[in-house]
Amino acid sequence: MSDDPILSVDDVQVSFPVGGLASRSAILGVAGVSFQVRPGETFALVGESGSGKTTLARAINGLQEISAGSITFEGGRIDRLGKREMKPIRKRMSMMFQDPVGSLSPRMTVGDLVTEPYRIHGSDGRDLRAETERLLSLVGLPANFASRYPHQLSGGQARRVGVARAIALDPALVIADEPTAGLDVSVQGEVLNLLNDLRERLGLAMVIITHNLHVVHHVADRTAVMYLGRFVEKGETEAMFSAPCHPYTAALLSANPEPDPDKVHDRITLPAEVPSLLSRPSGCEFHTRCPWAQETCKTVPPPPGDVTCHFPLAPGARPPELESAR
Amino acid sequence: MSEAASNPPAAARSELWKSFRRLLREPLGVFGLSLVVLVILAAVFADVLTQWDPTRINPRDRFLGPSGEHLLGTDQLGRDLFARVLHGGRIALYVALVSTAISLAIGIVLGLIAGYGPRWLDNLMILLFDATKSFPTVMLALALVTIVGPSLTAVVVVVIIVNVPGYARIIRTQTIAIKSSEFVTAAQSMGASNARILGVHIMPNVIGPLVILASMDIPVVIAIEAGMSFLGLGVRPPTPSWGSILNDGFSQIRDTAWIAIAGGLPIIITTLGFTFLGETLRDVFDPRLKGR
Repeated sequence: MSDDPILSVDDVQVSFPVGGLASRSAILGVAGVSFQVRPGETFALVGESGSGKTTLARAINGLQEISAGSITFEGGRIDRLGKREMKPIRKRMSMMFQDPVGSLSPRMTVGDLVTEPYRIHGSDGRDLRAETERLLSLVGLPANFASRYPHQLSGGQARRVGVARAIALDPALVIADEPTAGLDVSVQGEVLNLLNDLRERLGLAMVIITHNLHVVHHVADRTAVMYLGRFVEKGETEAMFSAPCHPYTAALLSANPEPDPDKVHDRITLPAEVPSLLSRPSGCEFHTRCPWAQETCKTVPPPPGDVTCHFPLAPGARPPELESAR
Repeated sequence: MSEAASNPPAAARSELWKSFRRLLREPLGVFGLSLVVLVILAAVFADVLTQWDPTRINPRDRFLGPSGEHLLGTDQLGRDLFARVLHGGRIALYVALVSTAISLAIGIVLGLIAGYGPRWLDNLMILLFDATKSFPTVMLALALVTIVGPSLTAVVVVVIIVNVPGYARIIRTQTIAIKSSEFVTAAQSMGASNARILGVHIMPNVIGPLVILASMDIPVVIAIEAGMSFLGLGVRPPTPSWGSILNDGFSQIRDTAWIAIAGGLPIIITTLGFTFLGETLRDVFDPRLKGR
């Protein structure tokens, strides 16, 4: 795992224009994030809805133009590539989309769907029917599913078809946007096991985008937590889950449902709403909701680094009001 | 669900066959299909079904009522109306099928481009569609015929100009509605070309409504042909057309109503047939409605 990173995202920003001709301005959906993914590694992006996870994923996949920074994939810059130059990259990097059924063309059969990448990039003399069977068996679907249409599939089956399509060209990196969204818990588990299994067998690197922390814990080697388009904390998943350093990470983890009902559970509740991207808070952008916020936090932006906080938490820290209540 | 076949090409063929079988289960569809088949057979076998020459003038047999010899009677020139109706059906179907097919092809391509292409192109094309649409059909026909003279081709061209803007608009709206769906984004992310995205991923999902519209437009096309022939802008006089039969009957309607009926009835039958067929086809070909 010490090889060169397969994907390197450096200070990437994505801005969206807002307002009319008179008051034109821009909001930053992704406000400068950097991370690297090594071959075979799984990197998770976590955050609330609207934190910029999906935008970042689309930017990596070249579906969204970036306004600053750079993205390097397998040693070459891939941001600002034209459609034609991007095409060979798309063989090496595939993406799975949120809606398992909605991301499949409704009038194509499963067989056509999973072999679509070959039709786009050339089949190199492969027998598409044999290839369909191989891919379906890789994701644990019977071969006779090839003639089904997406609306005849359950969410979990549709997700498996999406996975089969994503791995068809034997890519080096798969970006999975909410791979478990809309699936019930047992199916979520199956899909995650499938992803883990394929990752090991095919040596895939993955970027997984989710708001489901169980998913992160289950599959990710490293994790970054996003808030308002920035990373607030980034690090090894295990370490982060056992001792979150950023108050926001701590709050997210404490909000995660625990399977054990007897476990003492101090939920950190965050006051107020997620601030609007149109008026970002001053200083540390999390200070409006942070239970530990100090005066400094309101004016001075936190230092850059893996944990962007003035006062990183000690392991097991509890918010002041819970502390005083006890 | 259990009908999943194992080999894809056969499955695709049986898919079509199944759609056809479903069509046969709809009474309205069967009725529409029967009428359409009847009209087509009548036009194709016109020479077999009647001995009479539709253009032979026979002044002694003017205004004969329907009889065993002349099934629909004769017109003011003594021509057999049954023969004229059958041969008129050829003209009507020719115009309907050729012009609808060409209008569909042009309309689908323009609509996909307008819906998927850049904003400025969309605006420009919409402007052109609206400008064309705002032109009254009769004025358009008159203007065109003034330039190229009355002919069948003129009728076809008028129908295409009249139909294309509407078809293109429907396709454009549908395209805009689905171009941001995830399966289109997924195709983009796989690196599919614009042509592939439009042809393989978008088109099959947007032509459904157009197919019914077009099949319900066929009667309108037949009416345009009849109307232009009625006004003398379509087929030249000796050639039989439902429109010119209607015109012949129009002037004699007080004394010999059967001429107008002979011209009008096939128009009604064809209209009903294509409308019922079109509506049933839409239901049958939409895989999301399957199994209901």
